Amino acid sequence: MDILDILLSASFWAAAIRIASPLIFATLGELICERAGVLNLGIEGIMVAGAFAGWMAVYSGLGLWPGVAVAMVVGMGFGAVHSLLTVPFGLSQHVVGLGVTLLATSSTYYAYRLALPEVTSPPKITAFQPWEIPVLSDIPLIGPALFSQTPLTYLAFILVAVVSLVLYRTPLGLALRAAGENPAAVAAQGLSVTGLRMGAVIVGSGLMAVGGAFLTMSAFDSFFFEMVNGRGWICIALVVFGAWKPGKALLGAVLFAAFDALQIRVQQTPLGADIPYQIFLMTPYVLSILALIVMSRRAEVPAALMVPFNKGER
Amino acid sequence: MTGAETAQVVLRLDRITKRFGKLTANDAVSLDLHRGEVVALLGENGAGKTTLMNILFGQYTADEGRVEVMGRALPPGNPRAALEAGVGMVHQHFTLADNLTVLDNVTLGTEPLWRWRSDRSGARAKITKLAADFHLSVDPDAKVGSLTVGERQRVEILKALYREARILILDEPTAVLTPQEADDLFATLREAVAMGLSIVFISHKLHEVMDIAHRVVILRHGKVVAGMATADTDRHALAAAMVGSDVSAPKVNPGTPGAPLLNLRDVTTPDRGNAPGLQSVTLALRAGRITGLAGVSGNGQAALAELIGGLTAPETGQIALDTADVTGWTPRIAVEHGIARIPEDRHKTGTIADFTLTENAILESYHKPPMSRTGWMNWARAEAETKAIIDGYDVRCPGPEARIRLLSGGNMQKLILGRVLEAAPRIILANQPVRGLDIGAVNYVHEQLLKARDRGAAVLLISEDLDEIMALSDVIHVMSEGRLSPEFARGTMTPAALGVWMAGHGFDEGVSHAS
Repeated sequence: MDILDILLSASFWAAAIRIASPLIFATLGELICERAGVLNLGIEGIMVAGAFAGWMAVYSGLGLWPGVAVAMVVGMGFGAVHSLLTVPFGLSQHVVGLGVTLLATSSTYYAYRLALPEVTSPPKITAFQPWEIPVLSDIPLIGPALFSQTPLTYLAFILVAVVSLVLYRTPLGLALRAAGENPAAVAAQGLSVTGLRMGAVIVGSGLMAVGGAFLTMSAFDSFFFEMVNGRGWICIALVVFGAWKPGKALLGAVLFAAFDALQIRVQQTPLGADIPYQIFLMTPYVLSILALIVMSRRAEVPAALMVPFNKGER
Repeated sequence: MTGAETAQVVLRLDRITKRFGKLTANDAVSLDLHRGEVVALLGENGAGKTTLMNILFGQYTADEGRVEVMGRALPPGNPRAALEAGVGMVHQHFTLADNLTVLDNVTLGTEPLWRWRSDRSGARAKITKLAADFHLSVDPDAKVGSLTVGERQRVEILKALYREARILILDEPTAVLTPQEADDLFATLREAVAMGLSIVFISHKLHEVMDIAHRVVILRHGKVVAGMATADTDRHALAAAMVGSDVSAPKVNPGTPGAPLLNLRDVTTPDRGNAPGLQSVTLALRAGRITGLAGVSGNGQAALAELIGGLTAPETGQIALDTADVTGWTPRIAVEHGIARIPEDRHKTGTIADFTLTENAILESYHKPPMSRTGWMNWARAEAETKAIIDGYDVRCPGPEARIRLLSGGNMQKLILGRVLEAAPRIILANQPVRGLDIGAVNYVHEQLLKARDRGAAVLLISEDLDEIMALSDVIHVMSEGRLSPEFARGTMTPAALGVWMAGHGFDEGVSHAS
């Protein structure tokens, strides 16, 4: 089986889309924060907390969708902490972001031990099952890849369109983007920069948590601490790769996921026998860095990203 | 405009008082603005103009007094209420987002946030109509970052008009414009007044005030000290009322030029980002002469200043000091040959805010005797030197041990001036030396530059203010897109003629003007 065969197989693309889904949620969340001018490095920890909260909610008897909602609310809570410190208090976004990641990760560990003191291996839940979309899922290649996924994946793709529409077609989106470009312009129009930025961080953090929940509730059916495994940091890079545009960020997420799915499959070819597997694990990251260099050279960074805004100062 | 007295009062500031601790920034200030009237608010820095406008616009809350728009009191401390009452403000520092389009910037905040779609085509039509009515030509789909400063100002005015402002407040609107752009602005303002808008025009520039305003209100130390119709006064009387004593600009005698101290021959430097480098610039700085460099900022002035300061070396072309060509041009060689700099931005590159006056005063001499010997600072000597500068240059400050951030811009500049001039430099690079200073400080800085010239120094004066250039310079060059115009002798050019060169015309035609 050579690489061309892999690229033409439906299972490969189905895997790529599945791997991309959590990245899409979290990247959209980060993108919303950054468009409003706040870098949210809490993303990694918030994804861990979301993964745990959603899974735990379902394990304690809630339905799957309420579980997603619980994850989202937990993420919004951490977002509220982050935005309170970075927006009205104007603290360093780097320090607060890393702090939130540590806080979220360790409080998740604490909650896990509190809830399941005795277990050696985490229990399983009944995760989301694929929805075959009638007619569309029968299309060769595209059907199994795109239209035989779990509902959360469909939601991720729909959200890309929704976020895009809100950002570019509504007064709210304009105000949000302006808050990330020149908050003084927003304040001069009598709008609240604090409100816009806090709102963006809280909603964005909610999406990050849903990205985490995808891992425990859709990609897999249980919770491990290592499962987020740097995906949050990848999403920060994907926002840059996508030049702060939802559509391009989606493209980036799928591309990265495709590299990841590819390396797993190439490991099983004769080629994989000769080369240490770590090389394959590394490739998605190396290729992503290369793509990042090419794609983001002319990106327009939100001009006021990481610039705190204090009313009454020039 | 006659009959302004009988027209409707659209804006009334009634005995506004605002205190910051011990300082009274506005002391029972009252002001009436009528329909179709332009009132100029004139005053030195710190006179309270900006505070007053911030109260009107709801950014500050007054301690006493009230603001009425169209006969209705505005709730204090609420910018939104001011906007809705029809007050539009064009800030000196534009409040625009560069990466957004003109349309986005204008419509920002004009629709309720929670709407599923914004009405782009309606907005576009309205902007196009306003632009045509008020001669504010600007492309609604252009990104603001790609516009010139003049165009950005038009966007700011469009923003106010789009919200149906009936009262426009313009804070130092011409500070950043070429003379032609300023004329266009004035045409727009006259159009607006003819349509019944009222304007408060804040400015330092007396001729503009005389040109556009019907009435002038002069603030000094937070109080209204005079109010008069422009028809009944003149520039001299306004200047006197503004500073409270009869000030006159220093008398400028023509200099007696000597030998060239610095020659640039055909010098080209690389572009830096959006800012052009120098394009085959040939320039001679002569002893005992002030060479004025006019031009809109961002046209290569920074490249020239960096070149002369030694920060960049020419890519092609030659630099000669006295008559000897220099190779390996560095800041050290520049300083050793007596080149002194008054930097463009006194906060960023001229001083270190949290250092004391003493530390700031020796920033350029700390590394050599007498300020330091064998690696040890001589602080007593440094402090004595600083005291001499404080006395000699009238720097008002708590003392040499105070941190420089406590000083006003004028006093900061005086300290820099002292630091520069005490070294008795042969060549002085004065880059925007009076930007943001009040008239008293401006006159003082100009006097000192003239003194240095008469002592035999070669002075290069870079400024965006044509009045300043024309008053002080013995010869004038204009810079546009990195190119340098021929030399124009004192008195041979009108502002309009210089404006033509500033806009980049004249370079290609090879027109030679009298010099």
